[in-house]
Amino acid sequence: MKSAVIVFPGSNCDRDAAVAIEGITGQTPAMIWHKETELPDGLDLIVAPGGFSYGDYLRCGAIAARSAIVPALKREADRGVAVIGVCNGFQVLCETGLLPGALLRNAGLNFVCRPEPLEIANANSRFTAAYQGRREVVFPIAHHDGNYVADEDTLDRLEGDGRVIFRYRDNPNGSARDIAGISNEMGNVLGLMPHPERAVDLLHGGDDGVGLFQSVLEAA
Amino acid sequence: MTDAAAPPRNSAAMTLEDAREHGLSEEEWGVVLDRLGRPPNLVELGVFSVMWSEHCSYKSSRRHLRKLPTTGPRVIQGPGENAGVVDIGPGPNGEPQACIFKMESHNHPSFIEPYQGAATGVGGILRDVFTMGARPVALINALRFGAPEHPKTRSLVAGVVAGIGGYGNCVGVPTVGGETNFHAGYNGNILVNAMAVGIADQDKIFYARGAEPGQSIVYVGAKTGRDGIHGATMASAEFSEGEDEKRPTVQVGDPFKEKLLIEACLELMATDAIAAIQDMGAAGLTSSSVEMADKGGIGVELDLDDVPQREENMTAYEMMLSESQERMLMILKPGREAEAKAIFEKWDLDAAVIGQTTDTGRLVLRHQGETVCDIPVAPLADDAPNYDRPWTVPPKPAAVRTEDIPEPEDYRQALLKLMASPDIASKRWIWEQYDRHVMGDTVDSSQSGTDAAIVRIHGTNKALAITSDCTPRYVAADPFEGGKQAVAEAYRNLSAIGATPIAATDNLNFGNPERPEIMGQFVRAIEGMAEACAALDLPIVSGNVSLYNETDGKAIPPTPVIGAVGLIEDVGKIARIGGAQEGDLLILVGETRGHLGQSLYLREILGREDGPPPPVDLERERMARSYALGMHALPSPIAVHDISDGGIAVSLAEMCLAAGVGAELFVNVSEAQSGLVAQAPDTGSLCAWLFGEDQARYLIAAKPEPDTLGLLSAATNRGWEQGYQIIGRFSGDALKIADKVDIPLADIRAAYEGWLPAYMAGKSA
Amino acid sequence: MKAIVRIDLKQGVLDPQGQAVANALRGLGFDEVASARQGKLIELELTGETNVDSARARVEEMCRKLLANPVIERYHIDIVAVAPAE
Repeated sequence: MKSAVIVFPGSNCDRDAAVAIEGITGQTPAMIWHKETELPDGLDLIVAPGGFSYGDYLRCGAIAARSAIVPALKREADRGVAVIGVCNGFQVLCETGLLPGALLRNAGLNFVCRPEPLEIANANSRFTAAYQGRREVVFPIAHHDGNYVADEDTLDRLEGDGRVIFRYRDNPNGSARDIAGISNEMGNVLGLMPHPERAVDLLHGGDDGVGLFQSVLEAA
Repeated sequence: MTDAAAPPRNSAAMTLEDAREHGLSEEEWGVVLDRLGRPPNLVELGVFSVMWSEHCSYKSSRRHLRKLPTTGPRVIQGPGENAGVVDIGPGPNGEPQACIFKMESHNHPSFIEPYQGAATGVGGILRDVFTMGARPVALINALRFGAPEHPKTRSLVAGVVAGIGGYGNCVGVPTVGGETNFHAGYNGNILVNAMAVGIADQDKIFYARGAEPGQSIVYVGAKTGRDGIHGATMASAEFSEGEDEKRPTVQVGDPFKEKLLIEACLELMATDAIAAIQDMGAAGLTSSSVEMADKGGIGVELDLDDVPQREENMTAYEMMLSESQERMLMILKPGREAEAKAIFEKWDLDAAVIGQTTDTGRLVLRHQGETVCDIPVAPLADDAPNYDRPWTVPPKPAAVRTEDIPEPEDYRQALLKLMASPDIASKRWIWEQYDRHVMGDTVDSSQSGTDAAIVRIHGTNKALAITSDCTPRYVAADPFEGGKQAVAEAYRNLSAIGATPIAATDNLNFGNPERPEIMGQFVRAIEGMAEACAALDLPIVSGNVSLYNETDGKAIPPTPVIGAVGLIEDVGKIARIGGAQEGDLLILVGETRGHLGQSLYLREILGREDGPPPPVDLERERMARSYALGMHALPSPIAVHDISDGGIAVSLAEMCLAAGVGAELFVNVSEAQSGLVAQAPDTGSLCAWLFGEDQARYLIAAKPEPDTLGLLSAATNRGWEQGYQIIGRFSGDALKIADKVDIPLADIRAAYEGWLPAYMAGKSA
Repeated sequence: MKAIVRIDLKQGVLDPQGQAVANALRGLGFDEVASARQGKLIELELTGETNVDSARARVEEMCRKLLANPVIERYHIDIVAVAPAE
């Protein structure tokens, strides 16, 4: 499986994503600097990683979403290539318009880092099929601005179309309708606040994240 | 040696009065005059005052710090550089790697502005580590706050924790552990000590030394502003001219810039373009340039007009003393400027060549066409004051007799109260605000209540274990034994999980060293630490001294914090605090005498803070470790926890909470299998046995398998009375101790988890 | 010329920081605080621009393209003519 990880200034989960993908797919992803304007041909997966792109200044993900690489990212997404935005990557995808809604400061105001039980709300998505009907996974969360908001119509549409992929069991940040992760209309772009790439080794606390990358691999 | 060079033009000669305002004594001023052969101007005086400050020169502490062991087979670089460097063997591709680490305080700034003070403390310690070529892989911090009921404490906790998280989370280095104490002794002076740990290839380690004459000096990072320039100097003549606005003295951190600096510096370090490098921390441009000149035996000429400046009309004095954050100074090998520039541009960092190295041995500064400083470098370091401050031997506390200490009326309530006491209660409210997993190598962290954080060495099956320890109430009662205990506890915490302790850093927080009784605490604590470090093979490779932590003549409790690092050869073979399972034997390693002096039982239950701290027998520490390692060698996994605050009762409760399984003491655990019987206390007092804080002890959970039982009976047969004792077993969902205690785990958990969130929400003192 | 851009959350979007501010103020005895909304202020120094209308139009574009997120935020622009330097 051919994959790429986009690196913004301030990304800090880029290496984590690459290590996870390499461990699961056996292939090293291309690391793409945000100043590039093209992505490699024939990609099966593009990851917008977690971190603090541009220090979270202005709004989380806002400046990264205006990077030189973003038009290429949008083109690939429109062509149906799988795109995963994790944490800050989710914020970036919302800011680019690839995903609806926005992520605000956690309702509790504090940064929250903890293992978070998630309901797999759509078990048939391109990102969850390999879980084979499993209903719950635990991914770590680590964010200050994970409070998902969108207008009621958008939320209804997301739920109605099966585009809510993950839901919090114990909402840590005030997200509307306990939303932890959503997809775009075509189902090939996923944004989620929890970190599946941090859940790929039992020795490090769990491997529930493997299934997510496995799903993309199997669909590739 | 005098210096006959003509004084720089257009600058008034300073006087003794000015020197005093800069914190120099009359004697020190005399040395300046002697070395220069003339009075310095303001800039020169500023440079001397900074280099001879307590912070840079260690003038009160130097002669005593020499007592600490600093060498060992693994030590590559001991104290004197930005951080210590220790051999950790081959990395993922077989190349020799080193662990680089240091702990540093940011106490006063954190009290003034907790968020920025703590944040910039984290930033500073990270720079110390990556300046040497290491990628930072872990942060821990040791925090001391005032009494919970003190009106400032709550907001200080909130601010400091947010600041540490705000910086570390953004930079993307996991904050994996730490310790937090509350005591009225810190009401006026909190302690924020941060430790950073990094990993480098041994052939890519960078030092302050290494520069040669004729090389470019490059400034990179944030622009220089008037941050942190000391208020005392603001009265001077040159300063007040046209300046009426009060200058900010609080530095503001920019973790995003720091992240860029880390990546850019490491990228440049992968080439061999850098001859020497320093971060600009305290006294920024002054200390970084003087350090490199001094260590390289060269001179430095800077053109201050080329220093990137954030504010207008900055004077040379301000630029040299600014403590603006996220700045680095490096000396490049000839012809490598373009290479460096390209890397800095990639990372959107401002960089500028601001000077050259020379062979003159002088520090020469030019500003707006004039020479504003021209002084020899050598005296700045060589002639720095080195005081033998008078000190008095701390008085020995009167002994506490166990017979005189009442048992709790209700053991159940006593244990719950201890579990909910500020020093023991869960610090989840704190560590949930820290990203503990970024970088993907965290194996264990505060999350489990582990004795030491475990961070895998990337790409290998090895790991580093990291802990920070100090029990200030012990040090206050007996600085020598307390100093030993801080080292011993760090050693135990690393040993518990199965790591080999390899080296340590220290952060020595004390009051005013000009008071003989404070100096006595300092001297004796160091001597205790030195004895323990020598006996336990734990060399001190870096450190920081923070003195004058006092308000209105009241000093903090002496707090010499040890940050220690251990090496784990096989990360698959560690013992975790939470590994106990239903049916496991509960084994006590070490001798229990029931020492209650300075115990938390005494303080929290009886409201007393008296007696001597538990004595530390270093030979027993080594033996207890070898017993624990004997259990580590068993084929089935074990769980281990060191016994410290709150004694056996608290340590056992912590193990039960981490594992989610109860335990029962003094039951007939394994008669059917081996005839071994859990032993009841032999100290006479159950209270002293349960809550005594004797050192050199561990609790271990192990499977009741033939291997375990064989090991135990072999030890028993050899009469190791300080060896293993079976004292109970893990089972059920309650903690049961004879007929005194039977508490559901859920109640213990509620007490343990409840205090800090309730306190921070304003619901309890 | 200077542009002052005020950005705040749209009515209806939950503002936990504003709520915290309001709660804290009430905790200090300022019982009259019914609510608080927190926003941000961005000052832009504009060079080579002399026409207020065209300056405003450019800043509008900046708001749409980067400074504000229309999903959650609204903005208000003030153009201030700066006296020439002394």
